Amino acid sequence: MPSTQADNSPHRPGLSPVRFTSIAFIAVAAACFAAADIEISTLDPWTEMGRLALGIVTPDFGATDRLLEALLHTIAFAVLGVALGNVLGLLLALLFDFWIVRTGCAVVRAVHELFWALIFLQILGLTPWTGILAIGIPYAGIIAKVYAEIIEEADPAPFRLLPKGTGRISAFLFTRMPDSLAHFRSYSLYRLECGLRSSAVLGFVGLPTIGFHLESAFSQGLYSEVSALLLLFYLIIATIRQWLRRALIPFYIVAAFMVLPEGSAVSWTSAWNFFTYDILPHPLRVATEINLDTVSATWTWFLTLLREQALPGVVNTLLLTMIALVATGVLTLMAFPLISPVFFGRFGRGVGHTLLVIVRSTPEYVLAYVFLQLWGPSMLPAIVALSLHNGGIIGHLIGRFTETLQPKLARARASDRYFYEIVPQVYPQFLAFLFYRWEVILRETAILGMLGVQTLGFFVDSAFADIRFDRAVVLIGVTAILNIGVDAASRAIRAKLRLRTTFDSV
Amino acid sequence: MDALVNLVNESVRYDTERALRDVTLQINKGERIALVGSSGAGKSTLLRLLFERAGNDAALVPQDFGLVKTLSVFHNVYMARLNQHGALYNLANLIRPFGSELAEIVPLLEQLDMCEKLFEPTGQLSGGQQQRTAVARALHQRSLIVMADEPVSSVDEHQSRRVLDALVNGHETVIMAMHDTALALEYSTRVIGLDDGRITLDQASDSMRASDLDALYSG
Repeated sequence: MPSTQADNSPHRPGLSPVRFTSIAFIAVAAACFAAADIEISTLDPWTEMGRLALGIVTPDFGATDRLLEALLHTIAFAVLGVALGNVLGLLLALLFDFWIVRTGCAVVRAVHELFWALIFLQILGLTPWTGILAIGIPYAGIIAKVYAEIIEEADPAPFRLLPKGTGRISAFLFTRMPDSLAHFRSYSLYRLECGLRSSAVLGFVGLPTIGFHLESAFSQGLYSEVSALLLLFYLIIATIRQWLRRALIPFYIVAAFMVLPEGSAVSWTSAWNFFTYDILPHPLRVATEINLDTVSATWTWFLTLLREQALPGVVNTLLLTMIALVATGVLTLMAFPLISPVFFGRFGRGVGHTLLVIVRSTPEYVLAYVFLQLWGPSMLPAIVALSLHNGGIIGHLIGRFTETLQPKLARARASDRYFYEIVPQVYPQFLAFLFYRWEVILRETAILGMLGVQTLGFFVDSAFADIRFDRAVVLIGVTAILNIGVDAASRAIRAKLRLRTTFDSV
Repeated sequence: MDALVNLVNESVRYDTERALRDVTLQINKGERIALVGSSGAGKSTLLRLLFERAGNDAALVPQDFGLVKTLSVFHNVYMARLNQHGALYNLANLIRPFGSELAEIVPLLEQLDMCEKLFEPTGQLSGGQQQRTAVARALHQRSLIVMADEPVSSVDEHQSRRVLDALVNGHETVIMAMHDTALALEYSTRVIGLDDGRITLDQASDSMRASDLDALYSG
């Protein structure tokens, strides 16, 4: 009888939530890929790539003065920005129980450093504080969240034994701080590495860091100078543990202030104008009195802005983010074996480490800029840049994670070990890191619009260029909301799939 | 007599498990109480409850010590008086211990044979040393009552007596959960026996012998 026969067949389990999520994300990314604008539009990308490759292998340290100065500025902005972010972040972490603090931190970290830089350029002009605040403010939001998580992980038992009437600060200093300190230190170090990348990229909006020189060297085709700049930058990031000594931090902070150029004086009237006049919606700004007409004109202005700029910006940002997220995942799974002792010996891993250090030390923005010069404007440069950089970061973490696995199929073929032993074991950790970086990828995707892809950053950048700060502020607000939404979705998925990440280094 | 803590028909549940059932108990000033009973009988739960009710009158040595493992012995002990100074004083003392604080804490540790480890992080100490640090912290609080959950579980016979002497001599009122029935009787004036969350025995210690308590551990 056919009906009983079906009952005897082996039971096929339904899709597990992890598999279902993976397949759903791949399907969405494939659909986005079909809708996205992807092409190589330069006439002869190969010649230019050849010249770039030649330049990369023949670095030219000739312009030493300028290179050294740019590097010092890059380090100075990073040190001061991260120091400010650390101090503010720690204070805010202590107040993280308050809803308003949590929300405020979520908003400031949802806005990318480059957007902050564009805002502070309007308020403070080209002064050191523009760069310091552009890094310090969003980093304070990120650091506050991570530090609050670290503090929460500290053992609660000693706290409960304290005599009643112990002040909050004293209790924190003795029962929470000591356990958290080592985590704070390693996280600050990671943040400084991020800060160096952020600082480098600030050069693209005019601050005197290496991004500024990268852009000019690139536009003149001086690829050997580009190579020299990048090599020095990698050297600084790779030796960070050697030069960043705890005792030397005060010295670095003082030195950083002395290294930075003074810049123009801050014009407090124009700063005041920015808040009270420039960012007011245009219909309100030109109105002589507030009446029903101006309110309705403002509403129309707002809707038009949403329809014509925010909406296409959001759509493109999401398209690009989904493709980049899945591409990052694919690249991670390809990259992590390069540094895993399961698959490579000492020499092979050395090569793998070098490759991964290069892709994760190069800011996405710089990678995207390079590919854009080579391939012309489309989403392709951004996708490749985002997936290379993020794949490098997560690949490194997963590769290190495989060092802790017990070998089970030591005699099997490498491909069998990869698919049947290693990937199944690292997959939950991999997904956790990937979803953790979803929000980072989105923030970066929005920014890459400044290079010409029509994500939200494109419209923000155009608004700043047209001196329409009212539009810029609304669009940055939309970007922040989108970012907070994706962060919430990521957290929900991680909770649903029971994926946990530690707070270090993602 | 002066009642320090009063419990009337108290029950405590953990999830669905009942850890204490209808406990009525009065702790009077000057009593030295030994809590006895097999593991899981509710001794730790009763101590916790008494500790919460006593407020600032009590100091507790918990079973798992509750030390900050990254801080030194000195600082863990100092924590018992964290409420007596402002944040700045405490911070300064955290960075560089004041002589006056050392002068108070060193004799306590001497009494417990713990002086040579003064500035070592407690996480690097043996179980017995951690336990004595937790005892020193409770003593340093100078509270009316000291409560201790198996305070000699990790130290040897010789040191057990040092620890118990220190606890009993430093405080008028003492409540200790004890596993060793002979020591329990020797160091207490009143014995309270627990079985399955209920008080099944409450007598003066001098009327009892260690063998009288065996029944509590058999069931």
